[in-house]
Amino acid sequence: MAEKVLMKGNEAIAEAALRAGCRHYFGYPITPQTELAAYMAKRMPKIGGVFLQAESEISAINMVYGVSSTGKRVMTSSSSPGVSLKQEGISYIAGADLPVLIVNVQRGGPGLGGIQPSQSDYFQATKGGGHGDYHLIVLTPASVQEMADLTALAFDLADKYRMPSMLLADGTLGQMMEPVELPEEDPHLIEKPWAVTGTKCAREHNIINSLYLVPEVLEKSNEDRYERYKKIEDLEVRYEEYMMDDAEYCLVAFGIAARVAKNAVVALREQGIKAGLIRPITVWPFPKKVIREAADKVKAFISVELSMGQMIEDVKLAEECRKPVYLCSRSGGMIPDPEQIITLVKNVEGGM
Amino acid sequence: MAVVFQKPHALTDKELHYCPGCTHGIIHRLVAEAIDALQIEGETIGVAPVGCAVMAYDYFRCDMVEAAHGRAPAVATGLKRSLPDNIIFTYQGDGDLASIGMAEIVHAATRNENITVIFVNNAIYGMTGGQMAPTTLPGQVTQTSPYGRDVATAGYPIKVCELLSALDAPAYIARVAVNNVKNVRNAKKVIEKAFQNQIEKKGFSLVEVVSSCPTNWGMTPEKALQWVEDKMIPYYPLGVYRDKTAPAEEKEA
Repeated sequence: MAEKVLMKGNEAIAEAALRAGCRHYFGYPITPQTELAAYMAKRMPKIGGVFLQAESEISAINMVYGVSSTGKRVMTSSSSPGVSLKQEGISYIAGADLPVLIVNVQRGGPGLGGIQPSQSDYFQATKGGGHGDYHLIVLTPASVQEMADLTALAFDLADKYRMPSMLLADGTLGQMMEPVELPEEDPHLIEKPWAVTGTKCAREHNIINSLYLVPEVLEKSNEDRYERYKKIEDLEVRYEEYMMDDAEYCLVAFGIAARVAKNAVVALREQGIKAGLIRPITVWPFPKKVIREAADKVKAFISVELSMGQMIEDVKLAEECRKPVYLCSRSGGMIPDPEQIITLVKNVEGGM
Repeated sequence: MAVVFQKPHALTDKELHYCPGCTHGIIHRLVAEAIDALQIEGETIGVAPVGCAVMAYDYFRCDMVEAAHGRAPAVATGLKRSLPDNIIFTYQGDGDLASIGMAEIVHAATRNENITVIFVNNAIYGMTGGQMAPTTLPGQVTQTSPYGRDVATAGYPIKVCELLSALDAPAYIARVAVNNVKNVRNAKKVIEKAFQNQIEKKGFSLVEVVSSCPTNWGMTPEKALQWVEDKMIPYYPLGVYRDKTAPAEEKEA
């Protein structure tokens, strides 16, 4: 077993990306993800990689598009306002079926918002974000260890399904330090015959493109992509269940909110209230099935979020109106504390 | 029978979609001739813009990438940083490069990215039906400047070669035209040099090609070429604006 090291979440992502074979990073300064870019700036030149500080988030994502077109692993990272700027490029990347990794270390919004942690880009991340019909694979770490583990997984899934993946973290996870066991240097690189690498005058030219002016053709390309999405929804859903066996109150939370929720579950159990937690690790694909199954057993769901209530809509869709769903959230950079969750669950139990 | 004239190998057999009299056909040919002459088709990757040349990816036989509007220099940067030994070019129009993509082109130039940029300036947005471009001349009538470009409200045209030449970094910046045989022959030489520079790792090379748009200018092809001579070239003087690739003594000549 590898040795554990103490790292910031942002740095763990960077190191894990290097170990996953990523040698190209493009970014633009923004708080609270700067350590990631700084780490890449320091390391890339030492290992023959490319770090480039782009003139804008827009350029950074288009540089990512360029590298991915050549078949190599590539990533960018940013925080909420910067990720909004990247949406045009992300839509093109999805339309051209390119595998890339985008990291969003979320901060509060809308607009310039603040620099404190948030989960209020949930809609943007899980529903497409830019124009057109598409999805990203969205992974949500809840610890520095998962920042590292899910980075490697995100690259693999992006390559496997030829689509962009996103690591949806937040300012707390980005900034906090925890012991982490870094993944082995073992990139699962695959052949990419579609890549542009020069024809060597030995094959037909490859074209990386998202333009289809014939509507029947564009529709077909969307349908093909959604076939793949269907497969991902069947095969790649990831979640953690915590004390759900006999739970009557099901908290649903991801990322940093899930850690608060876990504490609340323990405290509630100590007080004789059977609470449990479903923690989505993928928020697209969303763990619909486990929530639907829980709906037959629990009395209520409580969506715990760092937003005004975004994931709650997916919880409601997943549980199919079987049980009431309540929201327990803070926004703008505030984090719900266990007490807020406990109070809400007690009120629900008391017939709120 | 001896072949005396044929299509460059670097162009596919796909029928061009350009309007009659449009000079994109000539410029495509010049780029393809440069690729043939330098024998770099197998290593070349082109980046197509958004605009009239959006489907250039079907016309060039090399690998091609279609970029978002204005972003071709950023995409080309990614391609070149990934494959430094390949030859990367962008092919962009004036709306793409000088309006929505201004940040991308300026920063690619100031990084001296070792890429070749073919910049087609026809003073109008062609693909969308003739709107005012950043290079539309003062007083020029377009769909969105129906009373003529009023510099008091719409500002002045952007002179890309002059602007980029203010930067320290770029290796080679030149403006050519394709409105007559003499200018086409010179454009051929300059475009080939812009690719040769990249092979020699000299850095950022941009060739602005002053071009015509008979359809959206509302002129016959012939009149449009005359308008290039009479109106465009006086505003956009032809010549080499920057050449860091030439030896010192040559520069003086």
